[in-house]
Amino acid sequence: MNLSPLLAQWNYVLVIGLMMIGFYTVIARGNLIKKMVGLNIFQTSVFMLYISMGKIKGGTAPILTGDATTVYSNPLPHVLILTAIVVGVATTAVGYALIIRIRETYGTIEEDEIISAINAQDGHQDAS
Amino acid sequence: MHDDPVIRVISKVLIPFVMLFGLYVQFHGDYGPGGGFQAGVIFAAAFILNAIVFGMNKGRHVWPPRLVLQCIALGVVLYGGTGLVSLLTGGVFLEYSVLGKTQVAGQHLGILLVELGVGLTVASVMVGLFFTFASRLSHRRFMKIHNDEEDSRTERAKA
Amino acid sequence: MSEFFLNAILMIFLAFIAIMAIRQNRLFGVVMLSGAYSLVAATWFVVADAVDVAFTEAAVGAGVSTVLALGTLSLVGVEEKKRPIEPFALVIALGTGLLLLLAVLDMPSYGIATTPIQLHVAPHYLLESEREIGVPNVVTSVLASYRGFDTFGETIVVFTAAIGVFLIIGGWTRAERSGQETSPANENRSNHTQEKSDA
Repeated sequence: MNLSPLLAQWNYVLVIGLMMIGFYTVIARGNLIKKMVGLNIFQTSVFMLYISMGKIKGGTAPILTGDATTVYSNPLPHVLILTAIVVGVATTAVGYALIIRIRETYGTIEEDEIISAINAQDGHQDAS
Repeated sequence: MHDDPVIRVISKVLIPFVMLFGLYVQFHGDYGPGGGFQAGVIFAAAFILNAIVFGMNKGRHVWPPRLVLQCIALGVVLYGGTGLVSLLTGGVFLEYSVLGKTQVAGQHLGILLVELGVGLTVASVMVGLFFTFASRLSHRRFMKIHNDEEDSRTERAKA
Repeated sequence: MSEFFLNAILMIFLAFIAIMAIRQNRLFGVVMLSGAYSLVAATWFVVADAVDVAFTEAAVGAGVSTVLALGTLSLVGVEEKKRPIEPFALVIALGTGLLLLLAVLDMPSYGIATTPIQLHVAPHYLLESEREIGVPNVVTSVLASYRGFDTFGETIVVFTAAIGVFLIIGGWTRAERSGQETSPANENRSNHTQEKSDA
């Protein structure tokens, strides 16, 4: 298989590497706060993917300078990612609030301990 | 933390400048990087710093929680209201061109109002989130004291 | 060439920070490293000509996100249970990565000015924004005017998230009931002594 296109797209390859680090953190770690941090890493790497799609080599930031010969990078991904960042922090805040309540209800934020606590509660209710 | 003179003095000096920078970023979003979201977060950072260094009581005194709730809603109302005003003056929803004498003037006014609404909502939300998280500890301590009192009361009733 | 090196060095730094954040067991270190990750990502955004995005990422990712995470940490405890590396999850992550790399082979080249994304509506925004809106920052004009509906929805999302958090953790509008000066620093100290006596 011809792999030289991958070398030309090295930017995307590195971003996918970052994405997979975040992905592994979300699915393999049991602590809820570490899952949130992994989600954060994943989100930021997706933003980097979008922004690198809009970049033009030799371009500059899309703020008009009055010079008719400047090359500007694409402003559309910037707008989308601005929205995405703010929505990301909103969902992160709700996630942290839920973690606080989970901690108060089950006394722990490790995933396996929470699952065994829920099973113990269900067993309790079935017995009574 | 308000005992430490370095932190206290530096915070007192810096908080007004942080707020000023937040306002600068808000209103210069048209000419450079910036805009409503960044300005809202920076403006909220000043209030959060004040609450961290000088205590939650002083923090809530500066921006009372009920006012925070009202400001959150006010920002969204400002944004939607701009759209409704342009609807009522002859354009479509969120068409800023009809808000001023020329198209460019109308667009400038519309963008200013809309970014102001966004900045107000984001600043209030960030401050409100911090107040919520920070007040949970005292709530927990209150609930612990409350439950301990109830437990001792039931034990005395049993005995 | 120098841009290539700058890009590559920043991304390798980011990968290093991310791997260190996973391997840490003390949650305080994990949260601080995630703040550092956001800051370096903001620097990368500046190198990629996205100055507005860099501003927002630095303020929101390295600022508010870290403050909220630290606030959560003060309420839930700072240690994580040690766990070995899970091979099955690693295999899934690597498999997904390989599939995405296959997709990257079909993507247009990086940095060329004739890719489809550069030819759709972006030239219209860049050329007509001066005449139609008159605002030099094209990102602001697109955000507030051309795509005003999306920004409206985003503001409502932030509003809804705030309402959601206030419903999940309520009672913060009532005055402090514990009766003493409640700075989070004081609460942290007394919280630690409480937890030590509980454990």
